[in-house]
Amino acid sequence: MAFFLETVLGGLMIGMLYALVALGFVLIFKASGVFNFAQGAMVLVAALAMARLSHWIPQWLGMEPGLWGNVLAFIVSALLMWLLAVLIERWVLRYLVNQEGTTLLMATIGISYFLDGLGQIVFGSSVYSIDVGMPKDPVFILESMFEGGVLVSMEDLSSALLAALLVAALAFFFQYTGVGRALRAVADDHQAAQSIGIPLNRIWVVVWTVAGLVALVAGVIWGSKYGVQFTLSTAALRALPVVILGGLTSVPGAIVGGLIIGVGEKVSEVYLGPYVGGGIEIWFAYVLALVFLLFRPQGLFGEKIIDRV
Amino acid sequence: MIYRENGQFKSSYRADQQIFPIRQDRYVVLGVLLIAFVAAPLLASNYFLQAILTPFLILSLAAIGLNILVGYCGQISIGSGAFMAVGAYAAWNFGVRIPEIPLVGQILLGGVFATLVGVVFGIPSLRIRGLYLAVTTLAAQFFVDWAFLRIAFFTNYSPSGNVSVPALTAFGLPVQTPAQKYVFVLIFVVIFALLAKNLVRGAIGRQWMAIRDMDVAAEVIGIRPVYAKLTAFAVSSFFIGVAGALWAYIHLGSWEPLAFDLTRSLQLLFIVIIGGLGSIVGSFFGAAFMVLLPVLLTNVPHWFGLSLAVDTASHIEHMVFGALIVFFLIVEPHGLARLWSIGKEKLRLWPFPH
Repeated sequence: MAFFLETVLGGLMIGMLYALVALGFVLIFKASGVFNFAQGAMVLVAALAMARLSHWIPQWLGMEPGLWGNVLAFIVSALLMWLLAVLIERWVLRYLVNQEGTTLLMATIGISYFLDGLGQIVFGSSVYSIDVGMPKDPVFILESMFEGGVLVSMEDLSSALLAALLVAALAFFFQYTGVGRALRAVADDHQAAQSIGIPLNRIWVVVWTVAGLVALVAGVIWGSKYGVQFTLSTAALRALPVVILGGLTSVPGAIVGGLIIGVGEKVSEVYLGPYVGGGIEIWFAYVLALVFLLFRPQGLFGEKIIDRV
Repeated sequence: MIYRENGQFKSSYRADQQIFPIRQDRYVVLGVLLIAFVAAPLLASNYFLQAILTPFLILSLAAIGLNILVGYCGQISIGSGAFMAVGAYAAWNFGVRIPEIPLVGQILLGGVFATLVGVVFGIPSLRIRGLYLAVTTLAAQFFVDWAFLRIAFFTNYSPSGNVSVPALTAFGLPVQTPAQKYVFVLIFVVIFALLAKNLVRGAIGRQWMAIRDMDVAAEVIGIRPVYAKLTAFAVSSFFIGVAGALWAYIHLGSWEPLAFDLTRSLQLLFIVIIGGLGSIVGSFFGAAFMVLLPVLLTNVPHWFGLSLAVDTASHIEHMVFGALIVFFLIVEPHGLARLWSIGKEKLRLWPFPH
């Protein structure tokens, strides 16, 4: 029983990371109808920037790498993500207004290739580490209930906490700020939003920036756990089924979907994997999402798709 | 004044509906075929045949397959690499387990198996549309990658997971030198391209296009979406499966599942986008572009006396591809094929501007 709980907890932690990456997808889809395949590449670039800058900036300034180096690196990386958002809006999205969803998807695949290449040229392509000083030691909890207790890594706990904070902040931002309201308006109807004076271009920059920040946070957490390297952008592909399971337009869907898939992956890997040769984590989420969509094509919390001729 | 249809009168429906209604087009196509079948194997160097022409032809074939699905039927798929893998491994398994099957039979059987798998993964398209479908096709990609890596039966319990084909012969003729391999592939590609062209301009092709343009409306006017979508998946996977078998047998010779991973799927998608969605000839343009660009990118720095590290070169290649995709989507969403047809329109009017 304790082992099962450990597995589930581990799955929840991974699921939190998936949810974070998925959140980036959902934010952009909600506000602009673009299915952002490049979210994985954005996570990679953000994490690479963070990993390298947290070494470079202290060197340039001649200070000890540590808390302030990390903070500066985070700020500079965030600025980079903002710049990226501006450039993407200016060079790509502006010309693709009113195109079909699939065209936009393919454009983001292009962006993703571009970012993969660019990020690795600028920041190098070996494995880097991010050290943001998260506690590493595992602790045992619930020792009174189970023999030996349940092993939980403090790192996981703190990153889950961070993710939860981010989600709360985003929810607040969407619900109570003017920009958040504008975002929701754009999500509902581009034309109507434009006609009451909401600048579409600026909204896109905002939403891609927010998605970039989410990517940065996801990248930092993921990177400090597993290291930063090219596989990160493919790891982010694992977060795609989360989005479609939860529904493309739903923030809670991304989170719930992330947790379901995180747990499902871990549990199936541990209990089912040995019978079929292991490594089923790679496709489990996709097949789960595929089967689920057969019964509910819009995902868990997605809006029902209505077609009219 | 050369490219003009003046005076070419059609007196039967048959003549009116042929693939190349303009005589000059027919001559050009015949000329290209002549060069491809006679001049290229005789004159081209082994490197050119092996590293450029053969992969170009096979990728064109796969791109035609994907174009049927994405360009003609509008069902976007990011999992075509999986169907190539199915074709390759199925062909190989038939070859190993039943050695009596001739080479061409193995390759076609590979295609048949890819068709079956393609239809299975096509079933969700009946419920799921658009972007959701794009992501679920990744399920095929990851599942198939995993299956060929982990299920030892498919690789005949080879310890390294690597499989290879013996020296090939077809109809008693050897298929071993680069020129022989090239001609072998060329025959396949010509037949299949002709087949595809005729499919898409027939009744079934029009059904696919109706589904692509608006599936609800198509259903209203009496097109069965189930039939149209599943046939698109089936035909497309058959083409891609045959291309996969050729890629494995002829181009690689010995391969592992990595040869058909997500990168391959995306590469095919790029070929189709750059070449032109919904165009058979565009698949060839796109494949040529895709094969030549890396060669160019590795050689251009040399001409200027620069030497790039291998990984930097591959990163730059990534960036160029990415930028080109976006560029094409913005500037010419119909790809190189559209440029080609614009060029032909201009030629028909030349030397008059209107």
